[in-house]
Order: sequence, then structure tokens, then C-alpha cells
Amino acid sequence: MRVRKVLATVMAGIMTFSLCACSSSTGSAPASSGSSSGDTIKIGVFEPSTGDSASGGKKEILGMQYANSETPTVEVGGKTYNVELVMADNGSSADKAPSAASELVGKDVSLVLGSYGSGVSMAGGPKFEEAGLAAIGVTCTNPNVTAGNDYYFRICFLDNFQADVLANFAIDKFSAKKAYCLGENGNEYDQGLVVFFKQVFEAAGGEVITDSFPTNNSDFTSYLNKAKSEGADVIFTPVSIAYAKQIMEQAASLDIGIPFLGSDTLDDNMVLEATKGTNLQLYVSTFYQEGGSEEFDKGIKEYINGNSSALTANGGNDTISAVTAMGYDAYYVALEAIKAAGSGDKAAIKSAISGVKYDGVSGSIAFDEVGDAVRDTAYIKTADTATGTWEFEKVQTGSAK
Amino acid sequence: MKQKKINLRALAAIAVMLLIIILLENISSIIPGLPQVFWPTSPLFTVLKKAAVYSLVAVSMNLLNGFTGLFSLGQAGFMLLGAYTYAILMVPAASKEQVYYLFGGCAFNSSIIDILGGIFGTTGVGGAISMIIGCIIAIILAGCVAGFFAYLIGFPVLRLKSDYLAIATLGFAEILRAIFQWQKLGKITNGANMIKGFPTFSSFNITDGAGHEIVRLSTFVPFLISTVCIVIIVLLINSSYGRAFKSIRDDEVAAEAMGINLFSHKMLSFVISSFFAGVGGALFAMYVANAQAKAFTSVMTYEILLIVVIGGIGSVSGSVLATFLYVACSEWWLRFLDSELYIGSFKVPFLRNGFRMVVFSIVIMVIVLFFSQGIMGEKEISLAALFDRSSRKKERKE
Amino acid sequence: MEYVISILLSGISVGGQYALIAIGYTLVYGILRLINFAHGDVFMVAGLLGIYFTATLPIGGSLPLVILVTVLLGFTIERAAYKPLRNAPRMSVMISAIGVSYLLQNTATYVTGGQPMTYPTIPFLSDTVNVAGTQTKWVVIITPILVLVLVFALTQLINRTKIGMAMRAVSKDFETSRLMGIKINSVISVTFIIGSALAAVGSILFFTNYPAITPTAGAMPGLKAFVAAVFGGIGSIPGAVIGAFLIGICETIIKGLPSAWDVSVFSDAFTFALLIIILVFKPQGLFGEAATDKV
Repeated sequence: MRVRKVLATVMAGIMTFSLCACSSSTGSAPASSGSSSGDTIKIGVFEPSTGDSASGGKKEILGMQYANSETPTVEVGGKTYNVELVMADNGSSADKAPSAASELVGKDVSLVLGSYGSGVSMAGGPKFEEAGLAAIGVTCTNPNVTAGNDYYFRICFLDNFQADVLANFAIDKFSAKKAYCLGENGNEYDQGLVVFFKQVFEAAGGEVITDSFPTNNSDFTSYLNKAKSEGADVIFTPVSIAYAKQIMEQAASLDIGIPFLGSDTLDDNMVLEATKGTNLQLYVSTFYQEGGSEEFDKGIKEYINGNSSALTANGGNDTISAVTAMGYDAYYVALEAIKAAGSGDKAAIKSAISGVKYDGVSGSIAFDEVGDAVRDTAYIKTADTATGTWEFEKVQTGSAK
Repeated sequence: MKQKKINLRALAAIAVMLLIIILLENISSIIPGLPQVFWPTSPLFTVLKKAAVYSLVAVSMNLLNGFTGLFSLGQAGFMLLGAYTYAILMVPAASKEQVYYLFGGCAFNSSIIDILGGIFGTTGVGGAISMIIGCIIAIILAGCVAGFFAYLIGFPVLRLKSDYLAIATLGFAEILRAIFQWQKLGKITNGANMIKGFPTFSSFNITDGAGHEIVRLSTFVPFLISTVCIVIIVLLINSSYGRAFKSIRDDEVAAEAMGINLFSHKMLSFVISSFFAGVGGALFAMYVANAQAKAFTSVMTYEILLIVVIGGIGSVSGSVLATFLYVACSEWWLRFLDSELYIGSFKVPFLRNGFRMVVFSIVIMVIVLFFSQGIMGEKEISLAALFDRSSRKKERKE
Repeated sequence: MEYVISILLSGISVGGQYALIAIGYTLVYGILRLINFAHGDVFMVAGLLGIYFTATLPIGGSLPLVILVTVLLGFTIERAAYKPLRNAPRMSVMISAIGVSYLLQNTATYVTGGQPMTYPTIPFLSDTVNVAGTQTKWVVIITPILVLVLVFALTQLINRTKIGMAMRAVSKDFETSRLMGIKINSVISVTFIIGSALAAVGSILFFTNYPAITPTAGAMPGLKAFVAAVFGGIGSIPGAVIGAFLIGICETIIKGLPSAWDVSVFSDAFTFALLIIILVFKPQGLFGEAATDKV
């Protein structure tokens, strides 16, 4: 009895102490009212490094870190500031995202980059809006990320555009009449793309079969066999990396013989590895194709190979993911915005972003009135199963609007 | 006579606590130059909000698991029902088109806010009144829907014993999640997409014409609602129903022999607990500013269960205390473990992403193994005990 | 026809893998009355061990090592997390199990960095074979056979040996068997060792078939295996195996139903619905013994 009481008191003591410790440690930092302190401008990185999307999030961070190592300073108003990346892990889950977002807000960053995954961006968005902090989405493709949030911008294309591109590609390349779409149940990314794909494909006179699998599913052979028995010409699988890997591996052992179409998430070296040495046909739409910028390719490969933790984050080899290129571009867009704002003040940066124009490795970037990037092309690439590399297929534009 | 005095004291203490919250939230605008933790953007307030929401859910789970002895793991499912009910009813008609963009609008093309806005007006004080009343109605309805489903599911599953009940309710929550994610119901549930655009805690901040905040109430609101609900639960526990619940927990056979109708009392406890889980779900939706079935997995139930256990099964104040500690640790205090740290040129080993959760789960294991009664056991932090320990001692002597 | 065969094949192999996990659940539940929530995660860890060991050792050496280390893990978990709570309320033990599951998942996330890991290809098992016009892996064919062999061996162990008799006695009446001089702790340890070894074998088969491992990879198979154990009547090994095969086959059939019906998303939900129905109408499961409550 007494022991427990003492314990409770000790715990309460620890609690108050750590509260004080927290407040004093943050309090000792120079409490300037602007959002830049001293000679440093902080850029928040709102990305998942645990959870389902960790693999994508880490590759995106890689691009930002590389860009940061390349250009660690920014000159504003004749003064050179160091740029510091402040990481916060949103855990790939919508219930952890708000606290990660408010951690960044609390650390006094000037603007935020991220996240990989639209769900977490939508969950963290209101926190940034409340704090008057601008966020630049890197590869969150859901329309609702920027719609209804003045403070969220993004540099990538949207789901409806991507689905449109892929549907057109399916018709152009394979003269497909029947498509089988498979997505994860309850995942807004998968389901959104499937719905848009269906709209475009059916409008062009094709037939679409949609199917969903439950979360944490591992047996895909039933779905793939179904696609085969229903006579699909293409299989569209806009799923997250872990599932894509499973699907590719199982399809290989089934000898399925139907081409796969994938969205930007499938542009990942883990998926690529799964197709190596098989007879699968995989085509993905993406933001960047290796070879798009020689200089960037060379630099990032050196960076990845020269740093063991970067190499692990990239899945153990130096294939460049499109999200890495996007992370790289996002960092430079952020620098442009800081320069345009003329200071590290978050309000000034927010109003400056919409005017930023930047020619990045993934193409030119400008923002429309909603805060979305103006983009009209996507790269289609295909997995070369013999060598285990991506091969450029074509630049595809959407259907005429 | 004495009881009344204690009740008054408890009420006063609660009022003081709520006042402190309001003060804490606004202190940075009253006294400038305070350390960053007191700024409205500090993680302190995010943690406080989340903990306020979770403490209600934890107490509701404790009512069932700790006070009635029914081991249910369906909490996330009932929260899901509450969150969706609130979200569907509160998205203003004007933004439904955009939120349900994949499905070309929602099946209900109106919302409580729009209906009330028609009565009280949509701007200024009228708008505020319609929003507040709308939120209250929607939150109560959220609880009712969860309670109603609990009533339906209760008929089959409450006949099951301990572990079987746990696994059946867990299964029920998983079934619910699959249904809410089904694209075919997209016109109502928005399928896989999240529902957003409804009033959240921040909507309660009082702003002037230009949109500048005058008084911040966004932390106060979840505290107020949770406190009211927890007080109701405490009153219930102390009533004759509560005593019946405890007797069922301690010995079903004896309770039945004393004339307690087992099934109807179990059902009552299950429905009430689910009602408050539904309210908690609505608050959770307000906290994360969206409703999406993906969030309400069994992991969430386990998390709440761990909170209840850490706090002490059968102690309301323990649950509340444990929630604040748990949320603060997992979301705030231990975050430094996730980033690499250098002291001078020495790199502190192990620190990298994911380490926070490892440390955290070790802490939990230690608590579970060495303090299996939790922080509070079955006791409560009682104000009376704090205030007049001396008088109690006297009483005991007599 | 080919389609039906392919669905049945994957159903049987999924069922076989569930069966190997379900035996671990049913044995532990039979003796300790504990839903060992960490069992699914032990299965996941066994998968990860398989990856790390084959990276450095030849296959022939690493697979037995996987089983050995998994057994050690299961044994340690029991000694560290469940034994101290032997006299605590049942709920505390179950929560301890949830805590262990949490710890294993988080440690796996920390070690792997949250990336999905690829299971190595195992010669022969990973090779493809053509069955009645359907291409599949050898592991699919091997699994049900191996499961039957193991189950037979296990029932022999339980019915014919001394330790098996002790296990049966303990599951019948914990207190009395202790009074009779049975060493409860060693019986429980043996139970965990058998369960973990089967989970390790299950992980080799499962991940050869579905070669991606994430830290949560064990959660779903674990939960379903538990449902299978309940379905067959908890405590009964043949019951758990039959339940596992039934669930595996039903699940793949639901996944394979025509897309136009759009019900494949309910394959998991179906498992749970089946569980609730079984519990309500036949709480002791298909082959379980009716429990009598002593007052």
C-alpha cells in the first residue's frame, strides 16, 4: 500500500519535473517572435519513417537531405542563413499526424515539406493552417490535400491526372478493352485512383472490373487468378509498396501473362527487384525518370553510396526513386519561396509560395490558385526484368480537357 | 450532509481545473515573452486535447472492463460509429460536393449546422449558437448510434464469457471497419476517403471580425465535454446500478442470487460504455479534423486497454491520469529518442527512428509485470481525502 | 475449372499455414487459458530471422537455426512475461501478451526500419509446378502434407508420452495436477516450445509463398489462426487444424467470387462473422468439450 503511494508520488514528481525540463529547455532557446532565429532557417520535414509508408517517406527525405547537403545555405536580403531540416515522423497514421505536425509548429520552422501519403497530409494540414504555416506537399496526390486548405501547396500531379494518363496509356499501348483494378480496401489513395481510372477507361468504351483486398492481406493469387479468368487485358494496381511487391512476386509464380499498370508508388526499387528475372510486364507512371538530369543522377548516387544510412533508406541499392527527385525539387522550391519572401517569416513565405516558379529535375513547377502544381505530363516507365532497372517508355499526357 | 459537502468540493475543483485550462490556453496572449511551451502552437496543447479525448474513451472502457468485469475489445468499433455519425451529420451542405468528390455528393444533402443555421442565422452570434447547439446534438447522436449498435450486438455476444467476449467484440469492430470502407456505401461513408470539413475544436476559438483569435477555447472544449461525461460515469458507478455492476464483476453467481438481473445489467453497462465510446469517437474526429475508418483498428483498442491497465482496472482517476501520462510520453516527451543525438562528437547509440516506440513498449512491459495493479489499483484520487485527511482519521477512530 | 482448382489450391495452402499457427494458440489456451496475442508476432519474428540467417548462412544450416531461435524466443517470452503473472488475474496475463506483441512489433520496426523485407527463395519449395493447368509453387502442395504429418506426430506425443499425459492433465485441472506432483512450469514451457517450433515451420512455409514481411505481418494470420482454434474447439488439435483449413478455404473462395458482387473485401470480416456465429450457437466450438463452471 505505502510502496504504491510512494511510487505514485515519485511518478507524479517525474511528470512535473519532465514538464519543467521541457519548458526550460525550449525556453532557453532565443524566443524571437519571428520564425527564424539567429542565422538559421528551419524547414520542417513532415514524413513517415515508421509505419506502412515508411519506405516511401524515407526515400523522399533522402532527396531533401541530399539537396540540403548540396545547398546548405540560403541568401536572403544580403545575409546568408544556414538551412536546417527538422524531422518529424508522422508514423504513416492519421492519428499520429496531428501531434507530429504540432511538434514541427512548436519547433518554429519556417515552412514544411511533406508528406508522402495523402492521408497524413490531410490530418496534419489543419494544424499547419491554424499556425499560419505553409506546407508544400511533395508526392501527396489526393485532391483533398490542397482543396479547402489555403496553407497547403503541392508540387506533384493529382490522382485524377495520373489515372487519366494510365487509362490512356492502356488504350494506346495495349488497345485494352477490359481492365482489372485492384486496390486496398479503405485506402483513399488506391480507391481514388481506381475510381478515376474507371471513369476515363469506361468513357473511352472499355470495361472495368474493380476489386479490393482487406488490409494486411497477403494472398493475392485468388485475385490474380480471377483477373485471368475474367479475361482482363491489363491489371491496374495502384497499391502501396509492400502490397505491390507481394502482387508482383505472386504474379510471377502464377505466370500470369497480363501486363500490369501501376501508379507512382510502384516506382520503387523493391517492386523492381520483385520483377527481376521474371516475365512480368510492369508499367508505371511517375514524376521522374532516371536520366532526366545527369547531374542530379550522378550526385545523388554518390550521396547514397557514400552514406550507409542513406543506402539502407534507399533499400540497399542506388536506383533513384521518383519520390527522391521530388523531395530534391521540393527543397529547392522551399528555398525559392524563402528568397521570394525575403525572410524566414512564415507568413511572408506563405504568401510568396504561390508566385514561385522553379525548373526542377522533375520538370517545371508553378502553382495554380488552389495551390496545386501545374503539370501536364507524366513519365511512363517499364521494368526491364532482365537487368532489374527501369526503362523509359514514353511521356504521356492526359486526355484533352 | 457530509456527502453533499464533498460533492460541492468536487464540483468546485472541477470548475477550477477548467478555469486553469482556459487560462493556460490564453496565458501567452496575456503575458508576452513566456517560454514556448505556453504558446498556442506548443505540443502541450495537442497532447492535452488528445489526452482529454482518450481519457473519456479509457474511462468508458474501464466502466465495462473494470467495473462490470466484461472483457470487451470493441472500443475502436464504437468510436468509429461515433466519429462517422458526427462527421456525416456535421459537414455543411456547401462542402459536401467537394468532400464526397468521388461519389458526386452525399446521400444526405444537408447537415445539422445548415438546419440550425436556418433558425439562428449563419453569421455572428447566431452562427456561433447554431454551431454550438449543432455540435452538442451531433455528439449526443454519435453516442446514441454507438449505443444502439451496442444494444443490437449485445444480444448475442453478452452471453459469452471473458476471452470469448473479447474476441467476438474485436471481430465485430473489424467487421464494422470493413463495412465503412466499402466503396458501395460511398454516398454515405465516403468509402475509403476521409470525411472532413466539419467543425473541430479550433472552431470554438472566439475570433474578431478579422479572424484574429481573442479567446482560445480549443483545448477547453474537449476538457469540458470529457469532464461532463466522466462525471456522469462516476455518478453512475456510485449509484445502485454501479454497485450492481461491481457485484457482477466480483461474483456473477452471488450477484444473481441477490436478485440482480445479470443480462439486463450487463447490457446496460455495455450500452452506456459504448455510448461514451461513441462520444469519444466524435471528439476524436474533432481532434484529428477528419473521420476515416482506417484509423479505428484493433491497435487503437489495445492502446486504450493498455491505458486502462496502466491506470488501474477499476479506478476512474487512474484511467485519466494514465491517459495523460501515456499520451504525453508517446507523443511528446520520448520524441527525442527518435532523432540521432550527439554529445560533443560522441554519437549516442541506438537513437534512431523507431527507438521511441521500443523504449515505450519496454516501459509498458515493466508496468504490466511489476505493477500489475496499475498506478492506482482500485483506488481513486479523492479530493475529500486530500482535503480532510485529518477529519477522516478521526472518523475512523470513532 | 482451372480457376476453381487454383482457388482451392491457395485455400488449402493458406489453411495449412493457419493450422500451424493455430496449434500454438490452442495448446497454450488449453493449458493456461490465455489468448497468446504475441504468438502471431513470434511467427513474424521467425520470418525475419529467416531473412537474416539466410543472408549469412547456407539454407541448410539456417532453417534449423530459425526454428531453434524461435523456440528460444517463445520460451523466454513465457518465462519473462507470463510466468511472473501466474497468480495474477487472467486479464493481466492477456494484457502482458498484448504488451509483448507491441514490443515485438516495435522492435521489428526499429530493426528493419519499417521497410518490407523480402524472404529468400528456398530451393525446391519456391520452384513452380503445374497442377491441372494451374501454375503454382511446390510449397502450396507440400504445406497440407507437412501439416498432416506434424499433427499426427503431435497427437502421438500428446497421447502416448509422459509429457503429453502431463499436458492433458494440466489442461483438465491446473490445481489438481500440481498437487499430483506434475511440474507445471516445465509442462507450460514444453507447450510454448512446441507452439513456437510450429510457428517457425509455419513462417517458413507462409513467407516462401508470400515473401514480404512487414512488422505487422503476423497480426492478421495470428488473429485468424486464433479464430480457427476457437472454431475447432479450443484445446483440440484436430479441431484447430480442421478449423484452419475451413477458414483458409472459405476465405479464398470469398476472395475469388465474381468481382461484380464486390464482396471480396469482406473476406476478413467473414472470418469474424463466422466466429461470432459459432460462439453464439456452439460456444465450445466444433470439437471442444463443453466447459462446466464450478460454483
